[in-house]
Amino acid sequence: MLVRFWGTRGSLPVALTSADIRRKVETALSLAIAQGVDSPDSLRSFIDNDLDFSISQTYGGQSSCVEIETGRAEYLACDMGSGARAFGTHIMSAQKSGPIVVNVLMSHVHWDHIMGFPFFAPAYVPGAHIRIFGCHDVIEKAFRLQQSAPCFPVDFSRLAANIEFIKLEAGQIAEIAGFNIAPKLQRHTGNSYGYRLERGGKAIVYSTDSEHKLEDPAETQAFVEFFRNADLVIFDAMYSLLDAVSVKEDWGHSSNIVGVELAQLANVKQLCMFHHEPAFNDERIQSVLNETIRFERLTRGDQALIVSAAFDGMEIEV
Amino acid sequence: MDIRNKTYDDVLVLSPEGRIDHANSEDFRNSLGPFIDRCKSNGSRMVLDLAGVDYISSAGLRCFMLAEKQAKAQGGTIVVAAMQPVVKEIFEISRFTLIFETYATVREALARFSPAALKAYQA
Repeated sequence: MLVRFWGTRGSLPVALTSADIRRKVETALSLAIAQGVDSPDSLRSFIDNDLDFSISQTYGGQSSCVEIETGRAEYLACDMGSGARAFGTHIMSAQKSGPIVVNVLMSHVHWDHIMGFPFFAPAYVPGAHIRIFGCHDVIEKAFRLQQSAPCFPVDFSRLAANIEFIKLEAGQIAEIAGFNIAPKLQRHTGNSYGYRLERGGKAIVYSTDSEHKLEDPAETQAFVEFFRNADLVIFDAMYSLLDAVSVKEDWGHSSNIVGVELAQLANVKQLCMFHHEPAFNDERIQSVLNETIRFERLTRGDQALIVSAAFDGMEIEV
Repeated sequence: MDIRNKTYDDVLVLSPEGRIDHANSEDFRNSLGPFIDRCKSNGSRMVLDLAGVDYISSAGLRCFMLAEKQAKAQGGTIVVAAMQPVVKEIFEISRFTLIFETYATVREALARFSPAALKAYQA
């Protein structure tokens, strides 16, 4: 199974500024000069091996949209944040024949998780079939509302695709695009739902916009079971632990520390930090990743946990 | 959870031991509670001596945050001292160093509070 991240930022899309790019270029060139890089071959090696990711690349700024390849003539994704625009472009260019079929699992309908849909090209294609799954009653209402005047020029009713909204129930397994999918209620304003996707003995958990109350051992244990033995957990690690339990308590998000602890308790193989704080630049996200990797080593039990930070365009083979 | 406690002049030093994790954090919080209640508005000062703590989880850190919040609301002060290297790193990664003053030793923490407390500690 291949997981492809189209949008990884939390709350609000962000973009690099000219000053950000200039700083990256200046830092990279200064390091290249210091290392005596003097040929195209040594330059490529320098970029690939010697520069931090935060200098040579970017974590990106699109909001939540994660594709899970199905191996079939249909698509599966979690959430329709602003990353859905590029996901839709990818579908349009990749589709060779036959109708487009897209399945979407919605964590919830806060704006950063639906805002890409008006720019999702398959929605405008006659004959395309888009099935939007979720546990909330208000999903269709929210999708229609964001495309209502005066907020958007194209009303939802003018979309050419066949768009279905299908209700799921937490705790009940649904079979979608060849996956067995279990939704789980999560703590977030207006509720959110995580999804555990299983197929062929592999398990992926998409768990974003989820706050974990540390004083409730039963709740902790329920998430440990939800994550149990997963090959990959995509986890809302928006805040530091301090912020999550103090000034940003009840804001509906979690921390890198709690992500590692839950993943270790659940014997997870890989934890991918997701829903990055929009106020963080690339250097800050890289720093949080480095600290989280260190924290995992400090607290490791019998099994090592791979820790990564999602970026727009990242692919993880599970 | 038993927490050793000793007062030097007017500074209370609390010395928990072992792991503070999801399994015993509520127990730790309950044990800490009566000491925090005493941290009243007369400028009470307290040192958490973590020399005997070899691991602290997020649930344990949350207890620290709640204690600090309560003490501060009551006009008291809590500082942390003598962290083992692993606990010190966990504190830093969790950003808890932003709300707690930390000291390498209990002696240094007492020196920060009062010469009388330090003198009593050295006696």
